Amino acid sequence: MITCRGVGVTLGDRRVLNDVALDIADGEWLTVVGPNGAGKSTLLRVLAGLTPCEGSVTVGGRDSNALHRRDWSRLVALVPQVPLMPTGMTVTEYVLLGRTAHLPPFGGESKHDLDVVHRSLDRLDLLAFVDRMIDTLSGGERQRVLVARLLAQDAPIALLDEPTSALDVGHQQQVLDLVEELRHTDGLTVVATQHDLTLAGQYGDRVALLVNGRVETIGSATEVLTEATLTTHYGARVRVIDSDDGPLVVPVRKKEQA
Amino acid sequence: MTTTTTADVRPTTVPLGWLLVGGVAVVAVTVLSLAVGAVSLSPGRVFLEVLDHVPGLRVHSGLSETDAQIVWQLRLPRVVLGLLVGAMLAMAGSAYQGAFRNPLADPYTLGAASGAGLGATIAIVFHLTGARGPFSTVPLAAFVGALVAVALAYVLASMGGSSRSPAVLLLAGIAVQNFLTAIQTYLQQHYIETIREVYSWVLGRLATSGWDDVLSVLPYFAITSVVLLTQRRKLDVLAVGDDEAATLGLDVRRTRLLIVAMASLATAAAVSVSGLIAFVGLIVPHTVRLLTRSSYRVVLPLSILFGAAFLAGTDVVARTQMAPAEIPIGVITAFIGAPFFAFVLRSRRRATL
Repeated sequence: MITCRGVGVTLGDRRVLNDVALDIADGEWLTVVGPNGAGKSTLLRVLAGLTPCEGSVTVGGRDSNALHRRDWSRLVALVPQVPLMPTGMTVTEYVLLGRTAHLPPFGGESKHDLDVVHRSLDRLDLLAFVDRMIDTLSGGERQRVLVARLLAQDAPIALLDEPTSALDVGHQQQVLDLVEELRHTDGLTVVATQHDLTLAGQYGDRVALLVNGRVETIGSATEVLTEATLTTHYGARVRVIDSDDGPLVVPVRKKEQA
Repeated sequence: MTTTTTADVRPTTVPLGWLLVGGVAVVAVTVLSLAVGAVSLSPGRVFLEVLDHVPGLRVHSGLSETDAQIVWQLRLPRVVLGLLVGAMLAMAGSAYQGAFRNPLADPYTLGAASGAGLGATIAIVFHLTGARGPFSTVPLAAFVGALVAVALAYVLASMGGSSRSPAVLLLAGIAVQNFLTAIQTYLQQHYIETIREVYSWVLGRLATSGWDDVLSVLPYFAITSVVLLTQRRKLDVLAVGDDEAATLGLDVRRTRLLIVAMASLATAAAVSVSGLIAFVGLIVPHTVRLLTRSSYRVVLPLSILFGAAFLAGTDVVARTQMAPAEIPIGVITAFIGAPFFAFVLRSRRRATL
């Protein structure tokens, strides 16, 4: 579904991505981890068509150079880390924005578009919220509204940039469980960046570790999230505890020096 | 408004009540300004006189032949011009605010005012005035000046390289504006004998020579309003920022270019016949936002309606308050507009700006 070959991005004089090769299968969930500044968000921006790059990117079997903005958005939806939620906009208005790529150039929403939005709101239990202003919602509710917009966009590939970074642990699990459910019901392909390494180990099929713009390792969580790799690339002191649900990554405090 | 119970999902539309209020305001202001002036006419008769000209209607107004002439040849062109200029300025203001995601943007943000001012000043100081055919040269020079200024700002911004944020365009607009104003001021001081004429143009006025001015701006109003109204939904998409709007499927650059081009065309047409009327493009859209909602599906059409009524209304004050002298209309728009805006702002504490 997504293929990257020799993908490189230079911003200013900084090489942000370098020779990235990735194959992401239909319905797969790939979690991208890496220290700050490794290029995780840039990788998602490349896949979303926001940042031009060297090399080749193929999305849904189509070469990215031949994709118009509209077609790209019909294939790939991006949920940004810090979405801009304008004041004075209702939940309905916001979720309706998800239909942008499906509308005729000078026309408005059809009955079908409204039905899709209705279904999306319904699936996320948001029908009681349709007239609420989005800037009055709590963090968890906002995240649900974002997922509703993602559903309304009806794209087979979802890119999630740090989907849980602003949430408490309960809401983190709620959102990730929801994404997992959509993957099963709708066959969604998911690429998500993740700072929380324990969550990275528990959700998704594969983990890619990005360091200095390169894919350092890619594989199952137990292969990638090891004490040795994390110490080397994150400069962190961690203990990795094996569990049935995946590796649990626990930070440990520096021992007092004598 | 009651969608919660039935959980209907509908796109936002203009609230019918406000549409009605706007329509009534436009009609009321029109009748009032037709009736008021050096010769006072009965508003009731004027209303009937106007009705009489609606195709298919025959009403006897009781106005004399001369009075009817005053209504049709002197006052109505000026009222219609006021309605059109107000509509175009308010529409352009709301379009700029949406395109730049900036509440302080107004029709003059990209330098249209200074360009028009320079154009008009050149025409006046070099005595290019005088009507040639149906078009007098001052408005023509102002129109061209406004468009050249906006084009300059656009070119300057795109030389800024890969950074295409709306802020770059706004900064380019400020640079162009200051540059052109400097030239305009220099010319104005150098040819001091025409300063009164230049000044009276800069302050804005709706003096017309009849239907010619109306006919010269009407096509611009028709084109720009129709095109901009088709972009209402896209203006809402732009509200989530360039990157998100792009991932939702919007061609952000093309959309912004189209909106800015249309808003600038409307602005240029408006200033060419009215001079620089400040404040309308800023406060009308914000007042609409504060009273109704902030979706451009509502703000854009209602700004057209209320901008028209507001400017035609202030023109009545401008030409009657110190009659037979006229107060520059820009003075009235600010004098009435600012306190009114403060009042709306105070009574509606909704953070929609």
